[in-house]
Amino acid sequence: MKRESLAYIAGAYEHPTRKAEGKSLAQLHAEVAKGALEDAGLTKDDVDGYFCDTEAPGLGPLSMVDYMGLNVRHMDNTDTGGSAYLLHVAHAAQAIAAGKCSVALITLAGRPRAAGLTAEPEVNWDVPDMPFEQPYGPTVVNTYGMCAMRHMHDYGTTSEQLAWIKVAASHHASHNPNAMLKTVVTVEDVVNSPMISDPLHRLDCCVVSDGGGALVVVSPEIAKTLKRPRVGLIGSGEAAKHQSGGKIDLSYSAAAQAGAIAFAEAGLTPKDIKYASIYDSFTITVLMQLEDLGFCEKGMGGRFVADGGLISGVGKLPFNTDGGGLCNNHPNNRGGVTKIIEAVRQLRGEAHPAVQVPNCDLALASGMGGWMGSRHGSGVVILERKD
Amino acid sequence: MSEQRIPETPGTNAENASFWEAANQKRFLIGGCTACGEPHFYPRSICPHCFSDATEWRESKGLGTIYSFSIMRRVPVPYAIAYVTLDEGPVIMTNIVDCDLDKIAIDQRVSVVFHEGDKGGAIPVFTCI
Repeated sequence: MKRESLAYIAGAYEHPTRKAEGKSLAQLHAEVAKGALEDAGLTKDDVDGYFCDTEAPGLGPLSMVDYMGLNVRHMDNTDTGGSAYLLHVAHAAQAIAAGKCSVALITLAGRPRAAGLTAEPEVNWDVPDMPFEQPYGPTVVNTYGMCAMRHMHDYGTTSEQLAWIKVAASHHASHNPNAMLKTVVTVEDVVNSPMISDPLHRLDCCVVSDGGGALVVVSPEIAKTLKRPRVGLIGSGEAAKHQSGGKIDLSYSAAAQAGAIAFAEAGLTPKDIKYASIYDSFTITVLMQLEDLGFCEKGMGGRFVADGGLISGVGKLPFNTDGGGLCNNHPNNRGGVTKIIEAVRQLRGEAHPAVQVPNCDLALASGMGGWMGSRHGSGVVILERKD
Repeated sequence: MSEQRIPETPGTNAENASFWEAANQKRFLIGGCTACGEPHFYPRSICPHCFSDATEWRESKGLGTIYSFSIMRRVPVPYAIAYVTLDEGPVIMTNIVDCDLDKIAIDQRVSVVFHEGDKGGAIPVFTCI
C-alpha cells in the first residue's frame, strides 16, 4: 500500500568533519546546506523556506538567511534540543501542505569540540525551574543516569543489557570511515569503562563532535521532477514531557505520545518498520524510546536489545547503521538531523553495504531533546520509499 | 565524612523569594492550591494542575523517600543527585548529603537539612535517616 505524502525529503547531507578547527559556525551551516541542495539537485535559489535551531548564529534564522543569500517566505526556529530537526521536517511538510513554501532547507551545525564548550546549558535564573534544580548540580549525564537507575529498579534492566546498545552501534560504526569511534567494542568493554554517573559508564555515553547536517524537504510536485529516489513523510508526531508539577514518572518518555501520533498518522505499527534511527545520547535513551515507541513492551527493552538485537543483519530491529551518536557523530550535542539522514540513506539503498537493510521501504526516526530526566521534547517521523 | 560538594546559590525573583527566605529559617516550603487542593513543586503562583491563581505556600515536614538517584563520579568532588518523593506527594530534585554515597538506594527514607550555598543562603538538601 502506498500512503499519501504531504512532502518528500529530497536532499540529505552529513558534514564529514568531527572537529571543525579552521571553520566558522556560519560556514558549517552553509556547507551542509550546499551539500543537501546538491544531493537534491536543487540550488539555493530554489529554497523558499528555512528552518534552524536557536543555536544557529544570529537572531533566529535571520543571519543565516542573510549569509546564505536566501529569499524565503517561510521561517521556523522551533527548538526542542536534539529532537528539533525531526520537528522541523514535520513542520516543513505542514508548511508545504499549507502552501507556505515548496522547498524547505533545514540546517544544523556546531563546533563544541573546537570551541571547548560543554553540553550544559547556560545558567539563567529567570528559567522558572532553574533555582530549584541548578543548586543540586544536574547535568545531562546524571539526569539520564536517574532514568537508568529507576529503570533498573522497576524492570530489572542491567548494565550488560544497556551495553548491548553500544556494542550494536560500534559494529555499525566500524563500516563508517567518518565515525569518531570505529572500533568494535564488547559488553565487557562497556561495563568496565569508567563510571561517569551511576549507572552510566563512559561507553554508555555518546561522542561529542563538531559538524552538522542538512535536509531539503520539498512538495510532491517538485519531488517528481528530481532524479533522487523519493522518500516520503507519511507520519509525524511531537510531544513534550515534564515534571507535571511534581508528579514525576521516569518510567517513560515523550516518545510514547509522539510515536503513537506518528504511527496513527501513517496507519502502521512498529512491526512494519524495517529500519529505525533512535536518538542515542546515552544507551538508556535508546532503551526507553524502543519501549515507548512500541517496538517491545514496557520493561522488556533490556531483553530486546541484548545479544545483538539491534545489529543490522543479526537482530530484530537494525538501528543507527551509521554508528549513531554513540559512535559516529553527535554534532553540536544535537543528534536529530543525523537520525533522519541515515534513515534516508537506508530508504534510498545508500547505506554502507555491510549494514544496508534489504528491501528497506519503511523507516522510523525518533529524536529526544533536552533532558529525559527532567523536561524534554520528542519528535518522531515515519518515512517511506515511494519508487 | 569526605569533602562534599557545595550547592550553588540560586538567583531569586519576586515569585520564589518566599521559598528562599523560609529556607534561611530552616523551613521547607512547597506550593499548594486552595482551588483544587493539590500540592505542587516547584512552587508557582498559578497552579500547574488546575491553573487557578488561588495558590499558597505550605510547609513540608521535610520527610520523603528516594525515587531515583545518580552519583556523579567524574568531577573533583563526587555528589549524589536525586529525586525524592515527599510525604506530601510531590517529587523534587535535590542532593543526598552527609552519608556514604555508595550506600544510597531507591526507597531509602530521607529528611531535609540545610546546607549553605556557595554564595551564601540556605539550600534545602536531604540526608538518609
